[in-house]
Amino acid sequence: MSLVADVLSWACMLAGALFIMVGGIGLVRLPDFYSRAHAAGMTDTLGAGLMIASMMLESGWDLNLARLAFIFLFLLFTSPTASHALTHSALVSGLKPWTRPDGERGGGAAAEGER
Amino acid sequence: MSLEFAVAAVALLATMALAVARAVAGPTVFDRILAANAFGTKTVLLIAVLGYLTGRPEFLDLGLVYALINFLGVIAALKYFKFGRFDDRRAGQRR
Repeated sequence: MSLVADVLSWACMLAGALFIMVGGIGLVRLPDFYSRAHAAGMTDTLGAGLMIASMMLESGWDLNLARLAFIFLFLLFTSPTASHALTHSALVSGLKPWTRPDGERGGGAAAEGER
Repeated sequence: MSLEFAVAAVALLATMALAVARAVAGPTVFDRILAANAFGTKTVLLIAVLGYLTGRPEFLDLGLVYALINFLGVIAALKYFKFGRFDDRRAGQRR
């Protein structure tokens, strides 16, 4: 394994881990469902893609590369689809997006009371 | 290069713990489904990373199957909570 592929693989893996952890923190910290879906859905696709790209760089030209490519392809199609179906279902079922109360700034915990 | 995969596995496990926290605490059912979906995606990645960490990349097949099952599970749960049933009657008697 050449040095260039190793360095690229490390960079992709660290960036993917960073994006995935940012998504997890956003999943816990953000105030309502839609913003949480935004955090999870966006960072899932990018972080998973970067991690799989890193593993593809580590693997050789064999069957594992094809398996990783298929996993990447499935995640690329299904993750935005699931996010869209989830938020559409929530919107149809009457869940209102969170808005900041007037005269108050910030406050992630302020929305915990509503619904 | 196994340190790289160990770092990735630790980050994935921490994120999975956060997703479980949201699934337990989530006020609406959609929060729980979202957390379960995120957990499933992280599980696929964790299976792949663990396969490389332990030197057995055959685990990637399990990850492939798990990605499909996760997607189908999310869509099925969403259909159930949107229409209240699994078969193909249209809306109108929703909820």
